[in-house]
Amino acid sequence: MNDTVESSGKRPGDPAYNFGYLDEQTKRMIRRGLLKAVAIPGYQVPFGSREMPLPCGWGTGGIQVTAAIIGPQDRLKVIDQGADDTTNAVSIRRFFARVTEVETTEETSAATIIQTRHRIPEADLRDDQVIVYQVPVPEPLRQLEPREAECRKIHAWSEYGIMHVGLYEDVARWGEIARTYDYPVMVNTRYLAAPSPIPKFDNPKMTGMAALQLFGAGREKRLYAIPPYTEVTSLDFEDHPFTVQRWGESCGLCGAGDSFLDEVILDDQGERLFVCSDSDHCRKRREEGHRGALAGHEEIRALEQADPA
Amino acid sequence: MYVAVKGGEAAISNAHAQLADERRGDRDVPELGVEQISGQLGLAVDRVMTEGSLYDRELAALAIKQAQGDMIEAIFLLRAYRTTLPRFGATEPIDTAGMTLVRRISATFKDLPGGQVLGATYDYTHRLLDFDLLEPDGDQPQAPETGPLDQAPAPRVVDLLNHEGLMETLGEPEEGFEPSDITRQPLRFPADRSARLQNLARGDEGFLLALGYSTQRGFGGTHPFAGEIRRGEVAIEIVPEELGFAIEIGDLDLTECEMINQFQGDEEHPPQFTRGYGLAFGGSERKAMAMALVDRSLRSEELGEEANHPAQNQEFVLYHSDNVEASGFVQHLKLPHYVDFQAELDLIRRLRGERDDDQAEAAE
Amino acid sequence: MTEGPLLRVDGLGHRFGRVVACDDIAFELFPGEVLGVVGESGSGKTTLLNCLAGRLQPTTGQVLYDMRATGLSDVYGLSEPERRLLMRTDWGFVTQNPRDALRMDISAGGNVGERLMVNGARNYGAIRNGATDWLERVELDTSRIDDRPATFSGGMQQRLQIAKTLVVQPRLVFMDEPTGGLDVSVQARLLDLLRGLVGDLGLSAIIVTHDLAVVRLLADRLMVMRHGQAVEQGLTDQVLDDPHHAYTQLLVSSVLQP
Repeated sequence: MNDTVESSGKRPGDPAYNFGYLDEQTKRMIRRGLLKAVAIPGYQVPFGSREMPLPCGWGTGGIQVTAAIIGPQDRLKVIDQGADDTTNAVSIRRFFARVTEVETTEETSAATIIQTRHRIPEADLRDDQVIVYQVPVPEPLRQLEPREAECRKIHAWSEYGIMHVGLYEDVARWGEIARTYDYPVMVNTRYLAAPSPIPKFDNPKMTGMAALQLFGAGREKRLYAIPPYTEVTSLDFEDHPFTVQRWGESCGLCGAGDSFLDEVILDDQGERLFVCSDSDHCRKRREEGHRGALAGHEEIRALEQADPA
Repeated sequence: MYVAVKGGEAAISNAHAQLADERRGDRDVPELGVEQISGQLGLAVDRVMTEGSLYDRELAALAIKQAQGDMIEAIFLLRAYRTTLPRFGATEPIDTAGMTLVRRISATFKDLPGGQVLGATYDYTHRLLDFDLLEPDGDQPQAPETGPLDQAPAPRVVDLLNHEGLMETLGEPEEGFEPSDITRQPLRFPADRSARLQNLARGDEGFLLALGYSTQRGFGGTHPFAGEIRRGEVAIEIVPEELGFAIEIGDLDLTECEMINQFQGDEEHPPQFTRGYGLAFGGSERKAMAMALVDRSLRSEELGEEANHPAQNQEFVLYHSDNVEASGFVQHLKLPHYVDFQAELDLIRRLRGERDDDQAEAAE
Repeated sequence: MTEGPLLRVDGLGHRFGRVVACDDIAFELFPGEVLGVVGESGSGKTTLLNCLAGRLQPTTGQVLYDMRATGLSDVYGLSEPERRLLMRTDWGFVTQNPRDALRMDISAGGNVGERLMVNGARNYGAIRNGATDWLERVELDTSRIDDRPATFSGGMQQRLQIAKTLVVQPRLVFMDEPTGGLDVSVQARLLDLLRGLVGDLGLSAIIVTHDLAVVRLLADRLMVMRHGQAVEQGLTDQVLDDPHHAYTQLLVSSVLQP
């Protein structure tokens, strides 16, 4: 391309770009932001977010975080809606393959960095892993208070009652708290945070997690973090405690009754099938011999033979 | 029958291939040259450079070619490329008084030193489609008769008004003041004027045009006059540490607009005109004018005016002016959201179920 | 139980540029007292109220409030979070236009319960009961607890604002023309309600109004303002029945007799 890019030190990956696409100064800037975020769990740290080759709103925050922490020895897993093969997860994985040539994997237990959109994997994460969340709207108060300047005061002085007004309205209207994803949490009993649009089903996984949880919002230019083994509680009322979603069915492929299930419409008669959202979890269970109700079905068996996993 | 959603990788590769094919189009038609875009679609290139925040005609033309003419997509390409470029330093502030003018007009004076110079403008064209341009060699204009411009000195209108003390002066910045750079640090509120101007310069022309228009229609009026619009080349200079003096490193083709607005004044200060400022690359005149209107509008609070309208609301304007961010977030709705949607489906079904149960009970 | 004043104001003044809005205001307010501040528009009474209520830092003078923990303290010497806390626990502020204080997209119950939640209430049932209780006290139909304020009349919205303000049992309430903009019969009922509540709760209050009937009914003491100055102060009945200052005499005599 040009001489100036050459001089920034080449490593594996596309020779036209620095390792991880971002230059080392930028990575340093992001890492400083992340350190601050880890030191103040749940607090949104503003950072000089860069324009990336993927659009804002499509994971640029998560991508910048991953780019700042990834090294040649890492193994990267990228999921969207719990699956590795959804289009944007593929796109992001290809991007990192191109600019780092780092090994990628679909196995949760084999990954050192997991970048995710909208789900936490079913498998327990370990203390040698990092999970990077893609965050569209980092401000949990946004719908109630559009002014950024006012939100900063609310966070600074813990005047979080206004969030409960929103929950009160839900209960008054629906008889229960109607938030089903991006359910607001208190981190380390101090900061109110948005967990990103993961289903509330996943919230309980956040508390006491052994892995480091990093959150990147590219368009809104904020970083935040939950250090390992931190207390994370979902907001509720004493008499309307936080509950998770439950399904009546289990996974049609592997029979799991306790994972988050995606609903798939089979035909125009409304026939439906429920499958594990976490594709790696489902595959592992099937390998271990678990079978769901539809597992004996011919088409599924044919599919399994074609399945590279 | 259920088919697992597999093959995302293959789908994407195929999509890219189709896109490349569509971009090239009919192979019997000659491929678009980057020089052609840069030379003959110059105003498109000007816009992409301005909102892409990168002054490089060739790269902007390449982006337009790669994006099949989708300007916001082209701007995105240029911005992403900009991220990879190392920052050497900053130039000295440019001095538009020293501009080599090719166009210079003022609506506030019939005539003024340096004169009214129309330059190449669409302003007085009749918007009639010229069917000659349909022919492959239909664009054969006569070379203009006037030679290089024998331009008399043309002091800026604001400087002329300054002599009389009629124009507000914003004073010299404090010792050690550094202008904001929102490409390095995120925008914080309240935003200072340097951050606002930078944001507006990179902002979407359509958005600023609409906001500027709204101020003219009563949503926060500032009674603007086009004090001066000038276009031409300005030299850019840096002061290398080793030399300690300024050296020229090139020229920028710029359009600058100074809007003159309603005058202020109070017990302590005599009335003066207030300013709105716009600056854009190349011939992006509409952008420079819209920017100047919005710049002034955002100063409402500082100037003690009621600030009730969208164009006067800093957070509203500055957060939504960036078309790359806006496009990303709007279009991200295309990404799979079925997990969150599943959660909503679940809730709605349950609520309906409870409602039906309640009604059934009531009926008994 | 404290014997001293709840609020002490010394040499309070505020100017906007060269315009003097109010000047050299001084008084003390004791627990359970209601002070009326009367004057025409432009007399400076609203500016004064904003300075007293922590909303506008005065250019001169002090506002001292008897804080539970620290006794008489300079309100503007507090940090912003301390002042915000004060303004939503010990204090209340009723604005003339209820729509300025209510959240129009939140239900009546949510509005009334908000301050409870901001102050830490976490039991939905208790919050809702508290809200219901207060709707009753301000004589609103409790079945409307889930309705939005936009569906209420002006008088009902004002009652809702009062409930929202009093739900945390403040010690001192500031009111800016609480019955302004309402028609006469609605005003009368609202005044009755306020008088009852102030009496029942032992509230202290400072009420700004141009309407002498309001102060006659609600205020123990009266301060008459003109061109930013307090021209007369004293017990309400005494000032209204036997005005000394020429301006007060003018005010009293210009009240339309039914």
